Order: sequence, then structure tokens, then C-alpha cells
Amino acid sequence: MAGLATSFGSGAMTNSIAEIGDAACVLAIGTNTTEAHPIIGHQVKRAVRQGAKLIVINPRWIDLCRFATVWLRQQPGTDVVLLGAIMRVILEEGLADRAFLDERCEDFEAFQRSLGAFDLDTAEKVTGVPREKVREAARLYAGTRPASILYAMGITQSSHGTDNVFALANLAMLTGNIGKPSSGVNPLRGHNNVQGSCDMGCLPNVYTGYQAVVDPAVKAKFETAWGVALKDKPGLTLTEIFSAAHRGDIKAIYLVGENPVLSDPDASHVREALERVEFLVVQDIFLTETARLADVVLPAASFAERDGTFTNTERRVQRLRKAVEPPGQARPDWWTTCAIAKKMGAKGFDFKEASEIMSEIARVTPSYGGVSFDRLDNGGIQWPCPAYDHPGTPILHQGRFTRGKGRFTPLTYRAFLEQPSPQFPLLLTTGRVLYHFHTGTLTRKVEGLEKLRSEELVEMNPADAANLAIKDGDLVEVASVRGSVRARARVTDHSPEGLVAMTFHFAESATNLLTNPALDPIAKIPELKVCAVRVGKKP
Amino acid sequence: MDLVTLTIDGQKVTGPKGKSVLEAALDAGIYIPNLCHDPDLKPFGACRLCVVEIEGMRGLPASCTVTATDGLTVRTDGPKVHQVQKVAVELLLADHPMECLTCAASGNCGLLRVASHVGIDHIRLKKTQRDYPIDDSNPFFYRDLAKCVLCARCVRACQEVVGVGAIDFAHRGYQRKVATFGDRPLAESRCESCGECVVRCPVGALVPKRRAKPSREVKTVCAYCGVGCGMYLGVRGNTVVSVRGDRQSPVNHGLLCVKGRFGNDFINHPDRLTTPLVRKDGELRPATWDEALDVVASRLKEYPGDASAAIASAKAPNEDNYVIQKFARAVMGTNNVDHCARL
Repeated sequence: MAGLATSFGSGAMTNSIAEIGDAACVLAIGTNTTEAHPIIGHQVKRAVRQGAKLIVINPRWIDLCRFATVWLRQQPGTDVVLLGAIMRVILEEGLADRAFLDERCEDFEAFQRSLGAFDLDTAEKVTGVPREKVREAARLYAGTRPASILYAMGITQSSHGTDNVFALANLAMLTGNIGKPSSGVNPLRGHNNVQGSCDMGCLPNVYTGYQAVVDPAVKAKFETAWGVALKDKPGLTLTEIFSAAHRGDIKAIYLVGENPVLSDPDASHVREALERVEFLVVQDIFLTETARLADVVLPAASFAERDGTFTNTERRVQRLRKAVEPPGQARPDWWTTCAIAKKMGAKGFDFKEASEIMSEIARVTPSYGGVSFDRLDNGGIQWPCPAYDHPGTPILHQGRFTRGKGRFTPLTYRAFLEQPSPQFPLLLTTGRVLYHFHTGTLTRKVEGLEKLRSEELVEMNPADAANLAIKDGDLVEVASVRGSVRARARVTDHSPEGLVAMTFHFAESATNLLTNPALDPIAKIPELKVCAVRVGKKP
Repeated sequence: MDLVTLTIDGQKVTGPKGKSVLEAALDAGIYIPNLCHDPDLKPFGACRLCVVEIEGMRGLPASCTVTATDGLTVRTDGPKVHQVQKVAVELLLADHPMECLTCAASGNCGLLRVASHVGIDHIRLKKTQRDYPIDDSNPFFYRDLAKCVLCARCVRACQEVVGVGAIDFAHRGYQRKVATFGDRPLAESRCESCGECVVRCPVGALVPKRRAKPSREVKTVCAYCGVGCGMYLGVRGNTVVSVRGDRQSPVNHGLLCVKGRFGNDFINHPDRLTTPLVRKDGELRPATWDEALDVVASRLKEYPGDASAAIASAKAPNEDNYVIQKFARAVMGTNNVDHCARL
């Protein structure tokens, strides 16, 4: 999200879900939408039914390829080169929106110079995509407006994810596809409330609404609001927290509703880190793999057992409502955190219900300033919503970017870090399947979903499988420099030669024992989408 | 919005341009029998139940396939209309199992509603019986083709709304039926189990395996992915027994995926944590809230500032996340707070 925030001034989806179906062109890159966000997948298909052009950019065959006007199958990790080449074609063929560039954007020249490195020869060589397809994609995207860009973890979960996002922001600005219905740059967020968790300041460098902890005025404001002295130094990110815990610098962790022992890269390192801390508290609805390591486990209410709000990927704050009582003594997470705070003698945690917390959020958060429970009964509100009489904002950057002018960023291609070697000759990418969610904490408890898909499958190309004498259904071991897991092979040309694909839904085959924790230098997102592995048949 | 005004059964009806005569009538509260109509799908004209008389048009057009335009004069209740509807319903009933009392569609059956509206008081035609096995291969719903009325709402939903196309019509005439590719069980097809066919089936041919109907419904938001689909949880006692898409939601317009519709059993799962646990002698043991909170508060006090960290949750609501980061910053005194946004 750091990339979009730098380019546009806001890190969130620029447009709304319902607009996607009315786009004239959809560019889906690094997103397996029909598996990970099925209802957005329906919107993409609706657009195609209405005549839209669909450009799919993905190393693996995904279901959306059935609907694609053109599918660009790039080598993993070469997105910047491919997008750079597409932009170069757009400029060379005079397809850019010059008026938009002149009036709404800045720093274009440096960006244009950086495109020098991305000629079609280089692009073909690095990405493996034939130049005709690069040209076709450039003409389709620039020539069919409005065009909407959708992306997800395939773009961001990389040691150069921020570069990828810069490239997409540049592409949209270059063609004036910003601030208009059915256009924009639209990161599709994974969890139900990952947008909201970011909005709420569950990030080491910002308070709610992305107010920077280093800003003295912001610090002063929160010190007044909360009645305490606050730090102006940003804290550590998730992956850094585990490293610090591993070193012994962090000694206590309060962990709510996550399962990093399965979800985070280099999982054995994470497990060791959590074992080393002197005190670990976990709040969850199940005794997860992570909760088993805790000193204290506190039972949480599920979404069906409480009131509150989620903010979806299109910035829409929506109400969830209590349907049933929580089991036993389980409590909503906010109640528990407040109870701990009060036991520690803190002031400012005397909330009686969730709506009172939202009132405080609205008081300290300009973009949520007009949000209150009584306004959310019909369809919710999309932020920014600064005042109670403000209707919310379905489309960002209309007439003016949040940061003023849209900023072009020069592009640099950085290869991913862990290239194949003789010892680890294949690349592993991670993804999701329709029937499960994240580490499977919820979906694997659902008998029917478990029946539809009950185990990990290592998808590999028939040529790679033949080389290793692996047949469909064989039990295989996948190993990286960090660890190894076992699962059955699925031989399919959905994966190109040299690339194997796994999910991380299944604890028995914990894929993140293999993955690389190397971070993007700006966004600090780990390189979950590519690491080097070897695959071997197990008797 | 452009409006059109037409006359239906002598009543002036005004509605948005582009709708069918059937929709204009239904919107105005005038019932015309129908089985294959679905507001999300293109008109199909399969069931021939929505026939009407329209001044200036020959024969009896299906009102779902005629666009409502200014000045149309429509009659829905003439004897010719009634005769066609009666025969159409009689043919359907002659080929339909009479297990209404125990059918899952009971209370909700489109065929019963049509038959009762048309005024069928006995089965006039010779009964026929289909010998189709029930397809129970899908974990969430049954498919009983003997009850199918061939309205194609399932086929069209799978094609037009979901874009999967797991089912289509096979064979012709009396042999015509809805089938997967190669007529294999659903579980062996490309079906994604979203259930959009099930919610559209007007009879008992596609029904959820879980029959319990809710005694009340609560409007909320799905807790799986970042799309945030609006849905109603159906509750009976203190148990969630059903899920229904919220058609008013600007996000999903009533659509749900397999996880949203059928993936909420974790709520009632026996493995749910029901009491705080505190580690004693190396093992996690049940404790009271007071004991657990005392341990947490006293231990956390030992690690003020940057010796501690809080990890929030992308699954938890905004209010909880707000309180967690406030706790980390204001009580623990650290900005070491993050969550899995990057994963």
C-alpha cells in the first residue's frame, strides 16, 4: 500500500467493486480473483459479457484466462519489465492521455527516462512474453477506456512489490484512468477487515487514518485525546517483530486473531521466535497452532456473536450485528483488551459497547469523521467521510489527487532474490483455492469444504514432473533452504515449466516452512510469491 | 430515470424504461404466474406461464419477453390466457412427484403458487414418473431431477451470473434434463458449490442438505475475504442454521460464494474456545477471566515500551483493532503494532 500512497496520496482501492462490471477494459495482474475474491470475479465476468476487453497477466493459468482477450504469461517476478514495456509502447504509439499528464501529474520526465531500459527486446527476453502480446495489451489498455486495474498479492508479496505498484500507478496515470467511474488502480485486499485494520492504525508507523507517528502535530493530538505521552519513533513491522523476538529484544507479545505459525514466511523461524518470548498472550476463537504456544489464551467471540464494523476492500465501512450469543465465556476482542488495560490501571478504556468505540474513532480520524453506527444500516459508507452530513467517497482522486498531483515514479527492475540453483532448481509460488481461507483455521472446520478439498496439492508442469518421474497423485517432498514439506503432486499445465504452486491452507503441509522472509525495502512485505525449491518423489 | 406508462388490466402502471411487461406488472403488485423469470437473468420464455394478451399483438406473448413501452394495453386474466396457463401447469403437475408435505420446497414452492393461482383443483392428465437417482455428491445440496420443471434458472445463473457453466440442458423432448458435462455427479463437474442455482430453483429440485429453517434473520457482513458481502444469518435458538445473500447490498447484490454461503459452520464448532486458558506446569489449563486477566496484566507490566509488541487482526472488526493499537501505544508504550496486512 506504500506504493499507491506515494503515487496518489492514498493506499486504498481507488474505485468501487460495483463499477468493475461497467469497465470497458479490465487489467487483472497478480490476482486469482475467481478463487480469492469470487464476487469480484463475477464483476469481471459481467464486464466481459458486456463487451469489455480483459487482459490477464499471470505466470499460472487461472480461471479468468477463459475470459481473457489476451493472457500474458510472464516469468515470475518480472512484472516491472513487462509493465515498463507496455508503457513504452503506449508512449511510442501516442496512446497516452497528454492532457491528464500535464494537468494532473508531476515528475513525468524522470519516469519517461527510466523507460529507456524497457524496450521490447529486453522485455521479451526477461519476461518471456512475445512482443506482439505486449503491444496488444498496451493498445487494449490504453485504447479502451475506462480501464480498471485489479491486483492482489501477486504484485505485492515480493521483495520489489513497491516497484510493481509504482508501475501500475504510472500506467493508470499515463492513460488518465484515475478519478473516473470504472477506472483506477484497485488493490484487492485479502481479509475481511485488512483495510480496516490498516485504517485503525494497526501499523507501526501510523495512527488511525494514516496519521504519521513521526508528525509532532499528530502526536500532540493523540496525547491530548488519550491523556498519555506517546512515542514519535515508528515501531517494528510484523516480520521485524518476529526477528526481534528471536534475538530476545522483544520479550512479550500480545497477539489477537492471527496464526503466524502457518501464515508467515519461514514458519520455523516464527515458531522459534514465539517460543523464545518470555510472555505470549493469544486471543482467538480456536486453539490455533499459534495459540498452543501461548502462556495465556483468551477466548474470543466470532463475527456472528457481536456488533462492530468491517471496512471492505473498497473502503466501505459496514455493520456486523450480533446474531447469537458467544459460546461459554468467550468475549469480543475489544472487551478483553479493555479489561486488560483497566487491570493495568489505564484510563480511556471504559467502553460499554462497540458503537462508543466508533464514536472515539470518528473524533480522532478525519477520514472516519462522519462514520457512526446509526448511519451504516443501509449499505455502509465509503471513506473518506469527514463529516456526519458527508455521503462518503466511492471514487478517489476525482479532480485532484489526495496528495495534490499524481506522482510518477521512475522504474527500476530488481530480480527476485532467490534464483533457482542446481540444488533448488524450481521456483515455488503460493496461492489460494476457492474452498479454503488463509491458514484454514475457519474453513477446515467446515465439513463440506473439507470434503471439496482436504489436502495440499503441489501443482507442477507435466515436463517437470516427467523429468522427476513424478505422476499425478504421487506423494512428493518439496524442500527449500529453510525446510521441507510433503504433499501430493497435481500434474497440470496450469503451472509453466520451472514453477510449482502450493497454497498455505493446510497445516499438515505447512508451505510457509519453505517461503522466503526477505522483505520489500519500503512496504516490508515478504517475498511469499517466489522461492527456490526442489521437488522429489517420496516412496 | 426514464419512465414508461402502460395499462395492465385497466390499471395505469408506471415504471422504469427497459423492464419487461412481467416485471412492470410484478413491480406494480399485479401477479402474473411465472416460473422461469429471475430478475438477475435474461428473459428466457421457457415456462409459458406468464402469457398475456397485448392489444395490437398477435397470439399470447410471454410477458417476460416483451419490453414495457408507453401506451401498451395488457390483459392478464382473459379466458385464452387462462386456458394456456392451465394446460401448462397441468402438464407440469402430471410429471411432478406429489410429495409436497415432505418436500424441502414446501412453503416456498413456485409450482404450488402457480397451480393455486391458476386454480387447479385436480390432476386431469395421466401421471408420469421420472426415474432419476438423487445426486447427493455435493456436500451442501441435493439435486433431484425428478422434481425439475426445466425453467433453466439454475443453468442460466451458473452461466450468466457466476460464469462457471457447470450445467446445461441435455437431450430433447421428454428426455430433456439439466446435466453436467458427461452427465456425471455434480461433485465431478466444474461446479464451485456457490449455491446460486439452489437459491433460484423454484421447486424442490435443488435444495440445501440442511433443512432447518431459521426462526429469525440478522443482517450482517461475511467474515471471509475483503469483498465484504452483505448477508443474513438465519438463527434458530442460539444456532446459525442458514445464510442468505443480501440483495440490497451494494457490494454483492445478493450473490455469495461457497465460503460465504456454506462455510460458517465454524461458528457452532465444538472446538471453539469457551474459557480462558493459563499455562501451569507447562500445560494450558482452564481459568476464570479474573485469574487470566490478572496474569496478563501483571506479566505485561514487566515489559514496558519496546520490549513488547502487539499483533492485531485483519479478521477482527475496526473497534477491536482501534482498541488494540491504543492499548499498545498508550498502555504498553510502544509503536510495535502490526498485523498480517502484508500476507
